[in-house]
Formats: sequence, structure tokens, C-alpha cells
Amino acid sequence: MALTAFTVLFAVSIAGYLWNRRAASVLREGGARLHSLSGFHGLYSFLTAAIPAVVVVLFWLILQGPIIDWLVMSGLPAGTLDGLSKGARQLTLAEIKSIAGGRIFGTPEPWKLEAAERLNSLRQVGSVLMVIVAAALSGLLVLLARQKVSDIFRARHKVERTLSGLMIFCATVAIFVTFGIVASLLFETVRFFERVPVGEFLFGLNWEPQIPLREDQVAAEGAFGWIPVILGTIVITILALLLSIPVGLMSAIYLNEFAPKRVRAVAKPILEILAGVPTVVYGFFAILVVAPALRSFGASLGIPVSPNTAMAAGGVMGIMLIPFISSFAEDALSAVPQSLREGSLGLGSTRAEMVTKVLFPAAIPGIVGGILLAVSRAIGETMIVVMAAGLIAKLTVNPLESVTTVTVQIVTLLIGDTSFDNPKTLAAFALGMMLFLVTLVINIFAIRIVRKYREIYD
Amino acid sequence: MVTDSSSTQPIRETARPVHQERTKISTHEVDVFYGAAQAIRKVSIDLYEKAVTAFIGPSGCGKSTFLRCLNRMNDTIDVARVEGTILLDGQDIYDPKVDPVQLRARVGMVFQKPNPFPKSIYDNIAYGPRIHGLATRKSDFDDIVEWSLRKAAIWDEVKDRLDQPGTGLSGGQQQRLCIARALAVQPEVLLMDEPCSALDPIATAKVEELIAEMKMEYTIVIVTHNMQQAGRVADRTAFFYLGDLIEYETTAKLFMNPREEQTEAYISGRFG
Repeated sequence: MALTAFTVLFAVSIAGYLWNRRAASVLREGGARLHSLSGFHGLYSFLTAAIPAVVVVLFWLILQGPIIDWLVMSGLPAGTLDGLSKGARQLTLAEIKSIAGGRIFGTPEPWKLEAAERLNSLRQVGSVLMVIVAAALSGLLVLLARQKVSDIFRARHKVERTLSGLMIFCATVAIFVTFGIVASLLFETVRFFERVPVGEFLFGLNWEPQIPLREDQVAAEGAFGWIPVILGTIVITILALLLSIPVGLMSAIYLNEFAPKRVRAVAKPILEILAGVPTVVYGFFAILVVAPALRSFGASLGIPVSPNTAMAAGGVMGIMLIPFISSFAEDALSAVPQSLREGSLGLGSTRAEMVTKVLFPAAIPGIVGGILLAVSRAIGETMIVVMAAGLIAKLTVNPLESVTTVTVQIVTLLIGDTSFDNPKTLAAFALGMMLFLVTLVINIFAIRIVRKYREIYD
Repeated sequence: MVTDSSSTQPIRETARPVHQERTKISTHEVDVFYGAAQAIRKVSIDLYEKAVTAFIGPSGCGKSTFLRCLNRMNDTIDVARVEGTILLDGQDIYDPKVDPVQLRARVGMVFQKPNPFPKSIYDNIAYGPRIHGLATRKSDFDDIVEWSLRKAAIWDEVKDRLDQPGTGLSGGQQQRLCIARALAVQPEVLLMDEPCSALDPIATAKVEELIAEMKMEYTIVIVTHNMQQAGRVADRTAFFYLGDLIEYETTAKLFMNPREEQTEAYISGRFG
């Protein structure tokens, strides 16, 4: 029925568009000089009718359910609900609903059957009423809009104002969703810290979150110190940066300053393909190619290498970051004015001297900004480490051992058995909050640096 | 002095007699192509040592392109191709044995827009000497920096803030800084590509004054849009039109008594 309502109101609005446009055209053909083009008169009618009607239908859809529930419950024979707890009342309502849906178990009391019938008829009435209201409202608004068509009516101004209102609405939606996400994160984090002291979480050196969810489960006592987890993240991030920064920068410098046009035309798209590879594919690459290769290489040297090394995960993450850093560095280098290149070459510098002594220092703020953004991507990267890094939090900086990361822990804490009054599950939110804060700070730094550098040449 | 080179001054008659001069750069039938388009056609010209030569002509006539051949700056443009011979002190600069990097140290360049590096004033000047290894000790660098800035007549304005960024100077100061930067590598020739087009009249006058002083020691080639400027600073002037060298004469003769009709039309302002 909701679909019918929307179809009707859009049909009416489109009819209003055509009607108003026609009316305006007729006026124009009659020799009048209209303030707005006919299309704007049409759009004015469409927007006037569609927006309020859509809002009304949406509210109707949200409110219809609870109102009907309330009507059904209050329409029950007097005394049936007396002395029932809130939970029991909900159970009764659920039973009535399933009877209304045709799923009848056993022989329900006659008053329940009666209530189910009432529920069905109320629903029917509500839906029909909604369609009628939508049609009537949009029709009325179309009529009102039609009245406005005249040579002096400023339809374009109205339409532009409405559209800019819509844009503001969309922009605020994004902002409010962000706030909502942060708020939900914050809410659960506070609940976690009611159970586990902040000090223990921030400074504890043990991370053993697999505590029992129910009485009958056998599990460890549990410890929630995030140091080993964040240390694992840091180790993997550093390994990723050790690979991606030099390779990314060198390739950017080569492509931007040295490569002949033909090489550039081939190499750049390939690098961009690398940026488009889904991270889960990098994950495959890490566990199926890099990790076994590292292990057998280690074995040939007599060094024990764990199957889920930080090295494999960090290395593959580094490969993922190469195009990211490279494209940022390229942007920064190409933002350096051509006149500086000529100035340097004109003094008799080689291209290498020009790059290292003039371009690179001039581009360094942009490059640093790009690297910081890469860092926050590495910290938040999930799929590669879920597949290639370990699960056990170990307090180590040895890249050949298995470490875990914040993102891996969040994933493992939230899959399988969860219960939202248990520190095991809530710990995921605390970790998420910390991750959010860390990347937020890094991003703010990065954006500030990038912005500062932009001012130099503008 | 500034008043000497103001625009009311008649065209100077100080071009030295030809017989005393030595040819510094000699070009023979130089063609320049950008891809398929020909920008310069068969230009042969002799540029004299310790004199100022101006290239004038309407926009797009190839004067800057030709200037950039003289220190092989066109090499940095992929599609540019240069044919013909250009001799510097009798040596072909397009000979494979010649390293363009060393050539550019001998033939310095000042660009249209001041382009100081985003470094301190000191480092801007010391950049060239550093890459060419002209000094090793700090005190030697200090001397070069002071000498260059004095030569470019900007020492008194910046001596107290050598550690400040060169980009913080005014446009005219930046351009003189760039001239000082070019002088610091001790070039023999200085190519100036419309060095005053981004400057106000007062800064322009200062740069022109500087050019007049520098020609005691350097061979200077200047591209300019501004015919009065050519008249004020140049001993000889070459008029380019649509890729051809139309006329090359002492400045006085070219402006007073041009041989070619096109030159006459251009300098009298009938086109350009």
C-alpha cells in the first residue's frame, strides 16, 4: 500500500508539473512576458505537491503501526490485561499479530481471534486512508500551485529556494548520521567502562577478552588491556609504511618527473588498478602467497616464522597503500609550479638535483599529508589483517611473530555469541572508539598540513 | 640612476662600435619545431660579448623560444626539436659532447615571472654554488651570497633577513633575487626572458639599471615586449616576426631608421 501511495502522489505531482507548464506556455503564447520559464512553473507545482505529501506518507508509515497496536490493545474486553506485566502484554500483542498473519497455534481464546480480526481491518482501513490522504493532499496542493501561475509569479526563485533547502537537508543528513554513529559508539563505550576501569583498559598489558557470556560456559577469567592490541596495529602499520612510503614516493617522482610520456600513459593506469583491488583480494594474496613464502624463506635460514606474521599482513597492506601514497605525492609534485623547475634547471642543476633540492622540499607538506592519511587508512584497514594477521594478542614488536590488531579484535568480538551486557562484546565498542579517536586526530593533522601547504602557491 | 632610464629618455646612442666587440654566441640557420609546428625559421645571428641584445616582436613571434635555445632550455620540453648550429665561444652547444647542465651554468637564465625557490634568501643564492661545488666552507658561501646580492643591487634591502623566505619579498625584489641567484654560479651569458613584465615601473627601472651595470661583465640577451625598454637598455635589437628574424641592428639604427617595412610598422605601433 505504501507503494501505491507513493505512485499516486508522484503521478499527481507530475500531472501538476505538466499542467502548470502548459498553463505558463499558454500565457507566454498569449503575449505575456513571464518572469520565469514555463519549466520552472511546472517544477514549482511538482515540488509544492510532492514534498509535503512524501513527508506526510512517511510519517503515516512510521506512526500507523504503534497507533493500531494501541487501538487493538485498548479495545480488548475489560479486565483481560489486568495484572499482566509489560512483557506479558507484549507477548499477548505478538500472539494477536501472528493470529492476524494467519499463523494460529492451538486454540486461542475467542477474544484474541476477535482482536486479530480488528487488527486486520484497522490495517486495511489505515492503508486505504493513507492512499486517499496522499492523493487528496497532493491534488489540493497541485490546485493551489495552479492558481499561482501568472506573469509576475517568481516560480524560479521559489524552485531555487526549495532546491537549496533540499541540498541543505541532504548535507545535514550526512552530518547527523556521523553524530549518530559517534553517539552510539560513545554510549556503548561508557557502558564498557562501567564494567572495566578506564585505567585497566588503557594501560593493561593483557588482552584476553574471551570471557564466559553465560553461567554454563567454560572460559578464561578475561583481561582487557588494549596495549598489546594497539601495539600489533602499530607494528603492522609501520611495516606497511616502510614498504609503501619509499616505493610510493619513488614511483610518484619517476612518473611525474622522469618518465617519458608513453611510459607514464601505461604505468599510471596500472597503478590505479592497484588502488581498485578489493582488500579481500589483498587478503588472499597475503595468506596464500606472501605468508607461505615468508615461512619457507625463514625455514631455509633456520629462523622460525609464525604462520600469521605481522610481516605478511603489513607487507601486503603496504602494497595496498602504494597507489594511495603515490597519487598524493604526485598531486603534491605537480602542484609545484613549472617555473621552479625551470628556475632550477636554468641554474644548471640536473633533474635529480631539481627533484631532491627544490621540488621535494616544496612538495613535502602535501606528501606528509598524504602519508598521514595513509596511516589512518592502515590503522583502520580490516580485511587484510582479519585474513592474514593473528588472533592472539601478544606483546611483541617482532615482525616475524603473529600479532593482532584493533580491527581484528573488533571483528572477532562481534561475531558468534554476543550479549550486550557483557564486557566481551562491549569491549569492541571501546576499541572502536579508540580507533575512531586515533584516526580522527591523525586526519585532523593531515588535513591541516595539506591545507597549509595549499596556501603557499595560491 | 632611476631617472636615467625613465621612459622620457631618448634612445641611447651608447652602442659601442662593432669593431671592438667579440662574438660570444653565433647561430646559423636555427630551426625550432614544436611537434609538427615550426616556431623558428632559419635564424642566423651573432650576439656580442659584454653587450646587451634585445629581442623584440609581437606575442608568439618566437623570440622566447629562440632565447631558450641558447641554453638548451628547450630540451626540457618533450616535443621541441632544434636544428642548425649554435656556437658559444666557437663551440657547438648542441654537440653530443656538451652537457646541457654545464652549459646552463655558463649561460644563466632569468624568467618572466620571478621564481624564487620556497627557501630562505640565503639558500636561494647558495643553491647554484652548492650544486656546482663552487665552495665548500661556510665563509666562502657567505662571500658568494653577499657578492651576488650586491651585484644584483639588493644586498642593502635583504642583508638583515637572509634567513627569511625568498617568496616573502616584493615582486621587484624577487626578480632581483633571481638575478642574484643566476649571477652566483658565475655565468658568462645571462638570458632574460621578459624579466620586467610582471613588475611595476619602479621595480622595472631598478632592473634596467642593473642590466646597464651588469653588461660591463656579462653578455646579456633580453626578450622584451616593451619597445621603450629595448630602446633604454639594449645596444643591439633584433626584431622577430612569425618565427623569422626580420631585422638585427644597433638599437639606435633599428628604431630611428629601420631597413624593413615590417620593423617600421611594428615600432611605430601599427601592429603587435
